[in-house]
Amino acid sequence: MLERIRKAHALMDVACEAMGREINIMEVCGTHTVSIFRNGIRSTIPENVKLLSGPGCPVCVTDQGYIDIVIDLAQRDDCIIATYGDMMRVPGKNGSLETSHRENVKVVMSSEDALEFARKNPDKTVVFVAVGFETTTPATVVAVEQAKKEGLKNFVIFSGHKLVVPAMEALLSGMNNKIDAFLCPGHVSIMIGSQAYRPIVEKFKKPCVVAGFEPMQLIEGIAEICRQLIECRADVTCLYDAVVKPEGNLTAQKLVAKYMEPTDGYWRGLGKIAAGTLALKAEYAEFDAMKRFGIEEIPAEELGGCRCGEILCGLISPPECGLFDKKCTPDTPVGPCMVSSEGACSAWYKYGRRQRR
Amino acid sequence: MSDTNGKKILLAHGGGGRVSNDLLSKIVIPKFQDKTDKLTDAAELNLESNNVCFTTDSFVVKPIFFNGGDIGKLAVCGTVNDLAVAGARPAALSLSLIIEEGLEIETLDKILTSVSTAAKQAGVSIVTGDTKVVDAGSADNIFINTAGIGTKHENANLSFDNIKAGDKVIINGTVGDHGMTIMSQREGIKFKSTLKSDCATLNGLVEKVLDATDQVKFMRDPTRGGIAATLNEIATATGLDIELIEKDIPVDTTVKAAAEMLGFDPINIANEGKVVFVVANEVAEEVLKIIKSDELGKNAAIIGEVKPPQGDPVVEIVTAIGGKRIVQMPYGRELPRIC
Amino acid sequence: MCLAVPARIIALTGDKAVADAMGNHWNIRTTLTPEVKLGDIVLIHAGFAIAQVDEEEAKNTWQLFAEIAELEEQEKHKDSPL
Repeated sequence: MLERIRKAHALMDVACEAMGREINIMEVCGTHTVSIFRNGIRSTIPENVKLLSGPGCPVCVTDQGYIDIVIDLAQRDDCIIATYGDMMRVPGKNGSLETSHRENVKVVMSSEDALEFARKNPDKTVVFVAVGFETTTPATVVAVEQAKKEGLKNFVIFSGHKLVVPAMEALLSGMNNKIDAFLCPGHVSIMIGSQAYRPIVEKFKKPCVVAGFEPMQLIEGIAEICRQLIECRADVTCLYDAVVKPEGNLTAQKLVAKYMEPTDGYWRGLGKIAAGTLALKAEYAEFDAMKRFGIEEIPAEELGGCRCGEILCGLISPPECGLFDKKCTPDTPVGPCMVSSEGACSAWYKYGRRQRR
Repeated sequence: MSDTNGKKILLAHGGGGRVSNDLLSKIVIPKFQDKTDKLTDAAELNLESNNVCFTTDSFVVKPIFFNGGDIGKLAVCGTVNDLAVAGARPAALSLSLIIEEGLEIETLDKILTSVSTAAKQAGVSIVTGDTKVVDAGSADNIFINTAGIGTKHENANLSFDNIKAGDKVIINGTVGDHGMTIMSQREGIKFKSTLKSDCATLNGLVEKVLDATDQVKFMRDPTRGGIAATLNEIATATGLDIELIEKDIPVDTTVKAAAEMLGFDPINIANEGKVVFVVANEVAEEVLKIIKSDELGKNAAIIGEVKPPQGDPVVEIVTAIGGKRIVQMPYGRELPRIC
Repeated sequence: MCLAVPARIIALTGDKAVADAMGNHWNIRTTLTPEVKLGDIVLIHAGFAIAQVDEEEAKNTWQLFAEIAELEEQEKHKDSPL
């Protein structure tokens, strides 16, 4: 392992030298962010290789308006809210699901558990808080299909599902030209396939490297990006062959395409991203919480002054944001970078003195 | 036990009348015959010295039975261990039961048997107690409070103030076993597993160590919040850094795999049979050897070192790939994650 | 953005399966991976098998797999007469 690490580091050094400037690599995936943090990877790579934590975790990108609607639904005694544990502490305008202290909010580990609540509580409507990226969406769709099959009338989903590639495109086209390459999410790629990043490579000429979550995968992923930068090329490379195929999981893709379609939706701190969110198709409206409860639209959030968009892209550092350490702290987070415990602002707040780049 | 089979606790069992007495004399007292037979309101104790430690703890664990123990065993272990890590030899415990109406008497009997077994193993007597019954819904099956008293070991000179840079941090085995076991049986998470709680009384192990050296600086049982919480407390109280070596922290592979699935970090997860020792560098190897010779210390390891601070004190881990990360004080309630 | 862990399918009926990850048994669905068979290693996310895992690749990808392979190797040496 040490030999592999040494080789990878050597490549990074060569790249830094060749570029003669900082190299900005964005890891789009929140689980990568956690792994980078847990393994202390930033402290082992050259100072000029910057890892930017992109908008890739449902905890960070789920917008305030969405959470507020879930919290409102939780006030209804005829509803059960089934949610992944991740969503419990995401802040709305006034508190989170956890601080709402409602007994009808149930933490589930799978959409199947949510269905089970619906089967066992025929007099209540179970609202499944359907969040997550491409990896998680198929599980939601399977639950909808199952509910349809069983004729379960009291099961609905509130879709906050997000799509990675449109967000990457939005980052590159609008907000930032600082990103040199992407470390692409391993588990999303299982579903969409490594070739899904082909358009980004072609349109923006940025390397896209798919990696798993073990430290060696991450280090070698960063090294592969460096190799491409040295050779002045941009390619899709996959280091996670144990599970990722070029074409992805076709069964899952078909299922999702049958039930859902892309729509414009809000991402916390980033605003509306074109075709970046998934909604149930009109023909499955009976399973759509928005239709069931007459929710017209998800209101835009009011994160007045939050500059997470720029922080995510590495354009500014957290203290340059006017809310940092004032209105926005780990206990009262506003934007995604503070909401996630591994987010840039949260880390800066806690370890300011020992910033590890 | 035939006469209690299928019978349930009634409010009257806590009412102080004939029904109460019946429960006490048939179910409770026989378990602790040695000392409680007199049924006085307060126990008289003859302690070895005037250097006394006193502690109390309440137990509300859910589920009440889990692989490796139950609430009864836990109620003894928790209080005995609190005494042990304070450097005290446990002498006597009190046992206070708050029972929800409707609990099977057989269940109560099982729990009390565990209390008795654990107390015997620790060589400590239950000398006084109390039983209350509350309406169905006002408690969750059973809550237990134990208080414990003990006398200080001659070699116990334990204080945050003694801790210095260079001291070594030792743990007597794998971390996270208890918390993960409880989690695996919790509503909403539930999965079948070979996970087993490490719930055990540690006074024997601690006494062996203290018999051998007076160079133990500090001890604590890393229960809620796991070793991450305990070590952060030590760092904050001493103003010193603690550096852990990730690969040296013992973690059972089943615990590791379950933690990965749920998005937990084993160092944040509760233990009920573990002690974190901070010892002088000179005696670290010797202490490790003593701990390892005990059944409850087979997997013991030196996991880190106290370091001079570079500002605000922190707990830092050197990871398997040589990176460094700061270990935060855990939030306090772990939720299963999918991301 | 997505936690997923490898586990071995130890029971399979229709699309309902039990997967073992080092002694932890998870009830999962194989709806998204209809091709998997008993004994296969899959990656589980939010109660679903999302991919079949190539076992040889797994040793390079997951530390835990490498550790187990190493343990098995040691056991073998223990058993073999010197």
